[in-house]
Amino acid sequence: MPVNQTSPPSARWKRDGGRVVLELAGDWRHDGPAPEIDGEPPDQAPERYATETLGDFDSTLPAFILAHLRRVAGQSSPGDGGADSRAATPSLAGLSPNLQGLLELALAVPEESDAGRQPEHSSEIRKLGKVAIRVWAGLSSIAEFTGHSVLALGRFFAGKARFRARDFATVIQECGPEALPIVTLISFLIGMILAFVGNVQLASFGATIYVADLVAIAMVREMGVVMTAIIMSGRTGAAFAAHLGSMRANEEIDALKTFGFDPFDFLVLPRMLALTLVMPLLTIYANVVGIAGGMLVGVMAGIPPVLYWNETLSAVSLTNASLGVFKSVFFGIAIAMSGCLQGLHAAKSSAGVGEATTRAVVSAITAVVVIDSAFAALFTVLDI
Amino acid sequence: MSQSQAPAKIAVRNLTMAYGSFVVMRDLNFEIAEKDIFVIMGGSGCGKSTLLRHLIGLREPAQGSILYEGEDFTATDPGERGAFIRRFGVMYQSGALWSSLTLAENLALPLEEYTGLSPQAVRELVSYKLSLVGLSGYEDYYPSQISGGMNKRAGIARSMALDPDIFFLDEPGAGLDPLSSRRLDDLILRLRDSLGSTIVIVTHELASIFAIANNSLFLDTATRTQGAVGNPIELREHSTNPAVRLFLRRGEEENETTSCPAR
Repeated sequence: MPVNQTSPPSARWKRDGGRVVLELAGDWRHDGPAPEIDGEPPDQAPERYATETLGDFDSTLPAFILAHLRRVAGQSSPGDGGADSRAATPSLAGLSPNLQGLLELALAVPEESDAGRQPEHSSEIRKLGKVAIRVWAGLSSIAEFTGHSVLALGRFFAGKARFRARDFATVIQECGPEALPIVTLISFLIGMILAFVGNVQLASFGATIYVADLVAIAMVREMGVVMTAIIMSGRTGAAFAAHLGSMRANEEIDALKTFGFDPFDFLVLPRMLALTLVMPLLTIYANVVGIAGGMLVGVMAGIPPVLYWNETLSAVSLTNASLGVFKSVFFGIAIAMSGCLQGLHAAKSSAGVGEATTRAVVSAITAVVVIDSAFAALFTVLDI
Repeated sequence: MSQSQAPAKIAVRNLTMAYGSFVVMRDLNFEIAEKDIFVIMGGSGCGKSTLLRHLIGLREPAQGSILYEGEDFTATDPGERGAFIRRFGVMYQSGALWSSLTLAENLALPLEEYTGLSPQAVRELVSYKLSLVGLSGYEDYYPSQISGGMNKRAGIARSMALDPDIFFLDEPGAGLDPLSSRRLDDLILRLRDSLGSTIVIVTHELASIFAIANNSLFLDTATRTQGAVGNPIELREHSTNPAVRLFLRRGEEENETTSCPAR
């Protein structure tokens, strides 16, 4: 066969009487030109193939023939349910032996009628209904998870919940000390930013010293705890979701169940307890570091350090300082819950783990901001 | 409820398995006697592993019931179910060892939880079970540090941790080299003979089916129900269901060597 010169591929449907002949010509190659199709494709399989002028071919040719045969088979047997009701094998006469072999192989197993056409892309109303069902399922899974958590906490305080102390220690290590560098950096910078912004505004009133008050109150009430929570959402919430998600994909969670361990007690409880324990400590730390960052800027702006320090101490009341720490407990619960919930509901594949991680971070950050707003409203009403 | 004179170790009655509205298998009825090596076989994706997950209580049946020694497993409340489950030893397809624990810790976890053994005794038991599957010396390895076949064997060792009387093995031989696969078959026979365990295996490795199984269930993808129940060697010779014979002969029908089932 001449390889260097190719002729354009073509197919022609010829009808004489009730019989259909498919004439194939040229070189059918995926890197060649698109085939030219002559005549209306008939509603029946060709009786015979004429391949006298057919040149070289690759998979494009059998793919073209198979597509036609499948379409014809789909029309001629409406509503076929089982595999046994398949039509007679279509004639492959006239094709070269290797083409016949390939087509026989492709036709050997009939198209799975259930797997092929799923009514996925149907009407808009159906899609809307699917979204509604999904949202409802998501909400009820959150409710279920919350109920589970409360029960597990109850078991824990009754001394009946089982998890390994070492797991608990590992989680504490991961979400506490190992998070310190990033918390330090972010809090310090946030403190500096607050001081810069405050300094520019307050300098015009000659009230530069109040930078200390601004930084201190903003840090301990809001910025310290919110920034820590967002860091922990991205760091620890994501880690929880990825860890539990891959445990699920690897059947490790099933293995826990069949040994009679409650995955909830065993995996969720230590994470939840660890985070609610660690978050307040991290928040206090972040507050101190943030105030130090503000102090650096204040000193650069000409406030004597002792003066700045005294002003800070007079600004921060115990009430103010405890508000942020109080909120951090709830943020910790929210972050641990979103991480574990998404991890335990992850699809059993690597893509599923990725999706679960994304959802965990998004829902954790959303929860943190929503809870914070609720507290802001509450504290305003209570006039704290 | 249904009554039988001498209750079988495991009895499945009219079991229908479904994912939502998609029925995987319907009307499964079979019994597994004590000390059986029972193989669940069938083509890929026919629901073998799904059936196993029903048997060990990880999925609820859409219909029907599963009885262990005459007691209905599907109707138990979670507390009673725990007692059932503790008699099971399950090996999952990939081994499913807990990846944050070493092999020794994987085996020790259930022992520490359910027995009052001293740490010394636990350690001895763990290294005994690991040596049964040919993994002694690997106590302090993490599952990610050993090969897939070793993970499977470690998974079997873990399933033996609590000396269960029923083993469920999900594709134990898949992906093993012929020698390891053979050794695994020997191990399974030995478990049955020396511990008197009942063993349920999901597999489609013909060689190992004929070597070890004395009873089997064939799940038929085309009809979505059980194709046959019985000794696999007898099924190969005498089954009235052509799909079963075809499966057990690797697609070669009597007096015919072509692999094309077109005609």
